[in-house]
Amino acid sequence: MNKEQIRNFCIIAHIDHGKSTLADRILELTSSVELRDMEEQLLDNMDIERERGITIKARAVRLNYKAKNGETYVFNLIDTPGHVDFNYEVSRSLAACEGAILVVDASQGIEAQTLANTYLAIEHDLEVLPVVNKIDLPSADPQNACEEIENVIGIPALDAPRISAKMGINIEEVLERVITDIPAPKGDDNALLKALIFDSYYDQYKGVIIFVRVKEGTLKVGETIKMFATGAEFQTVEIGYMGATNLVPSGELKSGEVGYIAASIKDIGDTRVGDTVTSVEHPCSEPLEGYKKVNPMVYSGIYPTDGAKYPDLRDALEKLRLNDASLSFEPETSIALGFGFRCGFLGLLHMEIIAERLEREYNLDLITTAPSVIYRVTMTNGDVLYIDNPTNYPNLGLIASAEEPVVSADILTPSEFVGNIMELCQDRRGTFKDMKYLDETRVELHYELPLNEIVYDFFDALKSRTRGYASFDYEMKGYQESKLVKLDILLNGEVVDALSFIVHTDKAYARGRRICEKLKETIPRQLFEVPIQAAIGGKIIARETVKAMRKDVLAKCYGGDITRKKKLLEKQKEGKKKMRQLGSVEVPQEAFMSVLKLDE
Amino acid sequence: MCGVYIHIPFCKRKCIYCDFYSVCGDDKLYSGFVSAVSNSIKRRSNKSIKVDTVYFGGGTPTVLKSSQLVSIMNTVKHNFDVSPNAEITVEANPCTVTEESLSELFNGGFNRISFGIQSAVDNELSALSRLHNYKQAKEAVFNAERAGFTNISADIMIGIIDQTRESLIDSIDKITSLPVSHISAYMLKVEENTPLDEMIKRDGSLLNSIADEDELAERYLLMTRLLEEKGFLQYEISNFAKTGFENRHNLKYWRCEEYLGFGPHAHSYFDNKRYFEDCGVLEFIKNNGEQEITYTDTDVDKAEEYIMLSLRLAEGLDADRLTRLDKEGRYKNIISNAEEINRLSGERLVNISRDGKNLSLTKRGFLVSNAVISRLLN
Repeated sequence: MNKEQIRNFCIIAHIDHGKSTLADRILELTSSVELRDMEEQLLDNMDIERERGITIKARAVRLNYKAKNGETYVFNLIDTPGHVDFNYEVSRSLAACEGAILVVDASQGIEAQTLANTYLAIEHDLEVLPVVNKIDLPSADPQNACEEIENVIGIPALDAPRISAKMGINIEEVLERVITDIPAPKGDDNALLKALIFDSYYDQYKGVIIFVRVKEGTLKVGETIKMFATGAEFQTVEIGYMGATNLVPSGELKSGEVGYIAASIKDIGDTRVGDTVTSVEHPCSEPLEGYKKVNPMVYSGIYPTDGAKYPDLRDALEKLRLNDASLSFEPETSIALGFGFRCGFLGLLHMEIIAERLEREYNLDLITTAPSVIYRVTMTNGDVLYIDNPTNYPNLGLIASAEEPVVSADILTPSEFVGNIMELCQDRRGTFKDMKYLDETRVELHYELPLNEIVYDFFDALKSRTRGYASFDYEMKGYQESKLVKLDILLNGEVVDALSFIVHTDKAYARGRRICEKLKETIPRQLFEVPIQAAIGGKIIARETVKAMRKDVLAKCYGGDITRKKKLLEKQKEGKKKMRQLGSVEVPQEAFMSVLKLDE
Repeated sequence: MCGVYIHIPFCKRKCIYCDFYSVCGDDKLYSGFVSAVSNSIKRRSNKSIKVDTVYFGGGTPTVLKSSQLVSIMNTVKHNFDVSPNAEITVEANPCTVTEESLSELFNGGFNRISFGIQSAVDNELSALSRLHNYKQAKEAVFNAERAGFTNISADIMIGIIDQTRESLIDSIDKITSLPVSHISAYMLKVEENTPLDEMIKRDGSLLNSIADEDELAERYLLMTRLLEEKGFLQYEISNFAKTGFENRHNLKYWRCEEYLGFGPHAHSYFDNKRYFEDCGVLEFIKNNGEQEITYTDTDVDKAEEYIMLSLRLAEGLDADRLTRLDKEGRYKNIISNAEEINRLSGERLVNISRDGKNLSLTKRGFLVSNAVISRLLN
């Protein structure tokens, strides 16, 4: 195949701006999928993705397009996650492409996440093709959207295709522009083999399937390949490209092409995403520039509500990790919650999605503890510890200094909400960096924020203070010294380890008080009075009491009908199952969750 | 000895808080019902069953003519071995009886009558949508006394809309000074799908005029004290009696003794099975009382029921009886778990006898009996 006829590209868009719909229209126009095979929004193939309108894992598909000039082109459309948590995955998708379609909603303009991903694409030297979508909406202002793209991102956009993916308007113009604006791939088919792994998944029959972009040389079936970083060697069993609904074997892949390799690989750890595939017989000397592996930023304990389900939870986590190398976990034990796992996530959304997938796809009932970040603690003896679990936070007397991670945050908002946002960021110990007007009505704010201030409910708080209009993105900036303390929660005089957390000294009192209040609301009255206390070290800083229950009685057994009474006792038994017995106190599962949502 | 329960599912008007089975029937239904319930009794006729209590409950049994009630009672007598000193109770609404109708009942064999008085304060009675006022209630009690009844019971309700502690004390004073020997006292509970429930859903501010959990508990304790001071001793969570006037029929429920129920939704416990007549009143009449019985339990867990029911009584749970019922020993820890018992008695919720053979709930314990019992059963 002539490389001039290949285009490798991805689509960048904010959630709900229409990426998946555009992808569907492109699939339709290239007749890659028979209409009857089409499920709405084909590229998103996990339920959660479809419901949340976001794409979690990168997917790729190869399409044929007969252009107006009479030539047939091969398009490799590589899907990207829209959310910042998945920056790492975005950058691996980008590395396989020469260009990106930037989809902007004609009524809403650019959002913070789009901005972050577009900058990422520009960093990767991708050609960015802006497209203004949803022109069919009454509130659409395509002209303004185009100007905003020019002003904010600084790329020409006045001639951007104006489309409606939903109504199928002007989709062909987008495809024609892909051909004219996005460069064809370069590479030498006869050079030493260099292919970039940009994704992988586990297939129970074929083993690990790796998705590659061949940069140099030619990849052939039967050849023995080597993973540059891990050194693992495999004989290729099947090589081909990704059709819209299935894998299509092709025997070989040449430079510039995107496709898959199956080589009976059992362990997904051997195929690190970002690694270079080369030939054992004629290896290249230098790997491709990969991308650096991101480390988890947010940690949380995940426990089965039913202790007997611990092995099931472990199996489920292992299975999820096969397709999501960014998930990390290791066993941990809590006095309150029993056996569970400390899990590391790329960010909050990642955490939510994993928890949801565990519950939905693996049918598990879970308790998730408050998310924690990694604190860097220098001890008085000079040792440096990284603490991802508040339970392990050392005694204050042993700490010389403590540091917490800080992010650089980017917030785009209609100007009327600037005051609210500043108040919020101030409250979350943010440092104001700068602010600029994108146009008369939209503002971009930069803040530095401690990560532990945004892992709880920052996003929800931001949405509620801006009626949902502001968008928010962040990236890790580094560590900064901070006055941190561990706050413990005691029920009936006993520390509940799963409720401990690290907090800045200035906020400890308010947070402690709020948590006690919240727990008082969630813990039902019991036969005995239950004191709820917040403490730093041994010092109690807040206290609430759940009064003893006074009345729980069925007055009548009318006409000898004792079935009501029995049902009631049954119901109480069922209710007890939903409770955690902590010492002598019965605590509902929701109590562990409710402390995560203090901003209500 | 067995009890017999006859369910008369009619009311002149349904009270807003009531979720028991009854309909506002018209006179035409009544004769059909009397025939159906009589037929139902005849179908299960067994002269070898000794009966020492009969209870006509509702609904409002006295919406039927006294002659009809007496006729049903005679059917019971013809089909079971009713002992001469049997306790025979009829529930009554004060405004559905006259001196004549009461005499007819007394002469027809009824010897106990239970009036749904609820309150001595008229605006509380109308808040409950009761048809009577206190004057009528008072007259009804005196009429019953004149008719010959010496065993008269009155209901009192705690937690009525707009009730205060003072008005409750007033009601207790007035009602206990009537010639009554037994008091049933219930706390108003907002049951789902009752008109009261719907009223509250429409207008949440109504809740402000109903006592909350803590206040209800205080009023209950206040009431038990006042009643006992007046000689009405508490023998069950909601029941108080002068010595010797405990309701023998209801005691059967709590002592796990046998009873047969007749009429729509009437429950039976007999031969280790629990069952009831699962049909509405119209169907019951149409079938002339010949419908299938629905079993709720065909192999009663006697030990569990004994714990659940005996702890409603002031006399409490007898460890030896429990041991006899609990053949598998599943509940043997209930009394022997000293730590748990000490904890509960430390909170003044239970009493344990010195020999460790008897466990009962205190008055505070009665108030939270569901929670205490379910804790003991686990």
